[in-house]
Amino acid sequence: MSELPFDLQILNALAALFLLLAFAMLAQRRVVALVNLLAFQGALLCAATLLLAYRTGQTHLYFSALLTLALKVAFLPWLLHRLIRRLGVYWDSEQLINTTGTMLLGLLIVIFAFGLAQPIAALASTATRNAIGIAVAVVLLAFLTMITRRKAMSQVVGFLSMENGLFFGAMSATYGMPMIVELGVALDVLVAMLVLGVFFFQIREQFDSLDLHHLESLKEEQ
Amino acid sequence: MSALISWLTQTLEVLAAIAVAPLFSGWIAQCRAWLQNKSAPSIWLPYRAIHKLFHKEAVLAESASPLFRFAPYAVFGSMVCAAAIIPSMGTRLPFSSAADAIALVGLLATARVFVALAAMDVGTAFGTLGARREMMVGFLAEPALLMVIFVASLLSSSTALPAISNALATQPFALYPSLAFTAVAFILVLLAENARIPVDNPATHLELTMIHEAMLLEYSARHLALMEWAAALKLFNYACIGFALFVPWGVATAEAQTPAALVVSLPILAAKLAAAGVGLALIETVSAKLRVFRAPEFLATAFMLAVLGLLVNLLQRASP
Amino acid sequence: MPDATLSCLTLLGAWAVIGLVGLARPGDVRLVARFLFPLGAFVGAALALVALVGAAEPPSQLVLPLGLPDLPFHVRADALACVFLFLLGSASAGVSLFAAGYFRSGEGTPPGLLCLQYHLFLASMGLVLLADDAYLFMLAWETMALSSYFLVTTQHRLPEIRRAGFLYLLIAHVGAIAILLCFGVLQGGSWQFTFDAMRSAQLEPKSAALAFLLALIGFGAKAGLVPLHVWLPEAHPAAPSPVSALMSGVMLKTALYGLLRVTFDLLGHPVWSWGLAPLALGLFSALYGVVFAAAQTDMKRLLAWSSIENVGILFTGVGLAIVFAGVGMQPLASLALVAVLYHAVNHAFMKSLLFVGTGSVLHATHERNLGKLGGLIRRMPRVAWLTLVGALAIAGLPPLNGFVSEWLLLQAFLSAYQVPKPFVGMLLPLGAALVALAAALAGYVMVKFYGVIFLGQPREPSLENARDADTLERVGLGWLAAGCVVLGLLPRPFIAFLELVPIQLGLIESRTIGGSWWRVVPVMERQAAYAPVVFLFVAALVIALTVLVVRRFYHARARRAAPWDCGFARLDARMQDTAEGFGQPIRHIFQPFFAMRRELPSPFDAAPRYHVTVGDRIWTLAYLPIADLVQRAARAVAWLQQGRIATYLLYSFVTLLLMLGLVL
Repeated sequence: MSELPFDLQILNALAALFLLLAFAMLAQRRVVALVNLLAFQGALLCAATLLLAYRTGQTHLYFSALLTLALKVAFLPWLLHRLIRRLGVYWDSEQLINTTGTMLLGLLIVIFAFGLAQPIAALASTATRNAIGIAVAVVLLAFLTMITRRKAMSQVVGFLSMENGLFFGAMSATYGMPMIVELGVALDVLVAMLVLGVFFFQIREQFDSLDLHHLESLKEEQ
Repeated sequence: MSALISWLTQTLEVLAAIAVAPLFSGWIAQCRAWLQNKSAPSIWLPYRAIHKLFHKEAVLAESASPLFRFAPYAVFGSMVCAAAIIPSMGTRLPFSSAADAIALVGLLATARVFVALAAMDVGTAFGTLGARREMMVGFLAEPALLMVIFVASLLSSSTALPAISNALATQPFALYPSLAFTAVAFILVLLAENARIPVDNPATHLELTMIHEAMLLEYSARHLALMEWAAALKLFNYACIGFALFVPWGVATAEAQTPAALVVSLPILAAKLAAAGVGLALIETVSAKLRVFRAPEFLATAFMLAVLGLLVNLLQRASP
Repeated sequence: MPDATLSCLTLLGAWAVIGLVGLARPGDVRLVARFLFPLGAFVGAALALVALVGAAEPPSQLVLPLGLPDLPFHVRADALACVFLFLLGSASAGVSLFAAGYFRSGEGTPPGLLCLQYHLFLASMGLVLLADDAYLFMLAWETMALSSYFLVTTQHRLPEIRRAGFLYLLIAHVGAIAILLCFGVLQGGSWQFTFDAMRSAQLEPKSAALAFLLALIGFGAKAGLVPLHVWLPEAHPAAPSPVSALMSGVMLKTALYGLLRVTFDLLGHPVWSWGLAPLALGLFSALYGVVFAAAQTDMKRLLAWSSIENVGILFTGVGLAIVFAGVGMQPLASLALVAVLYHAVNHAFMKSLLFVGTGSVLHATHERNLGKLGGLIRRMPRVAWLTLVGALAIAGLPPLNGFVSEWLLLQAFLSAYQVPKPFVGMLLPLGAALVALAAALAGYVMVKFYGVIFLGQPREPSLENARDADTLERVGLGWLAAGCVVLGLLPRPFIAFLELVPIQLGLIESRTIGGSWWRVVPVMERQAAYAPVVFLFVAALVIALTVLVVRRFYHARARRAAPWDCGFARLDARMQDTAEGFGQPIRHIFQPFFAMRRELPSPFDAAPRYHVTVGDRIWTLAYLPIADLVQRAARAVAWLQQGRIATYLLYSFVTLLLMLGLVL
């Protein structure tokens, strides 16, 4: 391990930290902390992109990093914090299975993702192909976060975390996506946020709470 | 000549551990007091307390058996043996060829079992309650500790602590994220096993919240002195294990174990201990004590982190 | 030097003879207790010696003039059989000595008959180990099951004991059917049922996998592997203590022997993926067993569940050995196998010691319930101190023997990440963590067991009349405790004996575990070593120095007073922790494992009661539905029993018509 050049070691460390953050989001019950973790994840992504841009010299990665900083570290967390304050959701204490069980499940998912990613990594040609396993793991962990939560806000955070994971995976496998694709994805995420924001207020008006349990009553009476 | 130096290192380490352990506890208590804006007790207070206790006459419960009288000596002996295995000053230790890190975990488990059995010996509610809780924390901490050692041993493919230390100390500096995860897991285990906040409050007087203190309620005089000393030694040992696994630089490595290197390692060890003391006091001041049944979640987090460190290590081995 | 096979066979015959002498004089307690059982113990010790010495020689086969016309009895004592014969002989010697002091009249079965059943049990177990053809194996297996059934139902006048015996016999026969089918698959078309023929038979991969699966089911049922474990917590407590000791200590290991024999000897080259099943089942059994042990309130049931845990660890080791052997990492497979064998011998000594200790307690107090014991270390000091050795050994504490086998197993697991299969290399280290968790929980269970029985204050006033064990019981306890200590302090010579097994099975060519007589180095390249003698010496030195220094510089005065009561003056023995209380954290943390029923008192009860029943989910989820199914099928078939003679004559008539039509 110590034979790697230093910037690749830092990239590996950032990837490991990325995974740790995804795990921390799985176990976190305070919604404010969840959003802060998301912002931290965005910052990590930005740092990793910058490092990669420095190492490979591809300029579009600098723009990518700037976009990530603007959107994922500044704008989206700010928007989410505003929503939290206006909607008054601070705790998401009820979970599908208890914390220990969720973390054990997360661990098994990480093993699955790592095992899955090894043959894929053998095909890629970049220096950071080890991080593909981590990217797949983060996507699956974020999905698990979405499944085990009750409040809509936590599920949105999970969705955004999934997108972070996908971005990280793209970066490590192919040194980033083409600029057009990236702009398109960013636009998609923005629109999704706007729609979800409107959606939240409608749910709140209808059920007086953002607990998604109430949505289950929207079905036919047998 | 080198054999002589190894034996010298060994004896020096054990004596240093026995002598410095209460000082380390005193230092942590001082840092805690400073952080909480209180006036600190003297740093030599633990020594004075032990000395005072040795002078007193021992009072034993009527129902106490020979096991109760033997337990403090057994616990103290285990902790001293553990100190002999941990490379705090040099990595060429003769005793380490008799016991490796898993034996160290076994030794700590022996001490824990003896303390719990002695607590159950007197037959009061407090002792048995403390024994139950201590064993609960213990059985969850042991697999986490074992995973930490496992991950650390992957680097040097050996479970002997001096070998792990040596391997990390002699390699050029590199970032090991798996070791970082494992270090956090180790800190969590250290807090749990040494009865520190957030698992147990070492300064509490409420019996219903005690884990470790409840088992010491029946001891007095020299027995209590030995148990207190053993607890301080346990914390010292854990700190030295942490240094050996994660920050071994400064220790006299096996290739260069000269008297000069030993002399140099002493102030470095002192500096590491001071920093560790400040860190522990900080963690204790910032955290709140957990409910007893949150302790399993706490230790499960430590276990998860250690396993995560293992997985990340296995993944990032296949480097391009 | 007489042939090992012949000597072992003769000694087994001696056991049978002892049993028959006991049958001749059924009511004579003195003859049975003072003469026959110690003689049986001597035979056991001789068997152990013969096996120890004879393992190194190349195995020889004997053909006896008994058995079927075309399948006479073949017997062979190779290294694998010798290891288990050593286990049988040495553990049973200690238990027989204890039993000499234990069996008295009035137990429900006359002592002479008990002597016959006991020694027949021992002889049949030995014959299972020596058998070299399927017929003798099954014959000895059945004899073992039947003789142990009669031993379990010694107190047959109690209905719950009869029920336990029935369940035991039922699952033993389910297992026997699977083993028989396994032998049927193993003969591979040659229709020769000797083991030699099975060794040389070339099986297709599917048949070999089927044989392995059947062996796992059959031998797992006998060993008490989850989910076929339900008979163990019923049968072992129902039997008298020496019999429980033999069953837990030795009989479960014959099942392990069977699996090892089929996998490594008869099947020859195991496929790596086979090892995953015993690994997973073993890990689950280990956790399941120890979690349930922590929730028990009966001392013998606690030990029975602890046996399930240890069987789980043994099967985990076997699975690991198979995985290593299958991927070509032979030295590590050998290490795992040695760890399994060492743990089997260790467990025989440790569990037998604990069971006979509870036998002494039962004799002195007539109480099995943990809630009615306590403080016995003062009334029965010798039993208490010897049982402490067993409790510390099972908890896996150095320098006793339990630690050595766990250490070897963990060292084998340490290299598991090198297995070149994709997910397995990452999942196996988690297995090591589960083994460590089970070991740590075993420590918890032992603190509960020892603390509630021997420490603290007596929970019942009648415990004041408890008397310490008599000479023969003490000698038996001492033998087993000495075995624990010796196996813990001198691991390397014993490993030299055990390594003969992988060498003879063809796994490795020469010894791979290094070190000298006082030190073990399991993997040469790694620098991990363990020297228990040095360990003990240093610990003893430090303790002695501490005592001396304290007495020299200070003093050794002590005075007695009442225990500290926090101001509550009426602290009595009922306020100590109970067995349920001690198990409560486990019940809370591992809640999904248990099916708990609680009866809580209401504030209006005149005599409030709190009742908790901790049940086994596997019983309600698996066994009861199957039993229900069987009963429904039986009822459906019972329709045939119409009662009218004309109907029965009609059945015969139809059958005759069919036969005539088919044949002609």
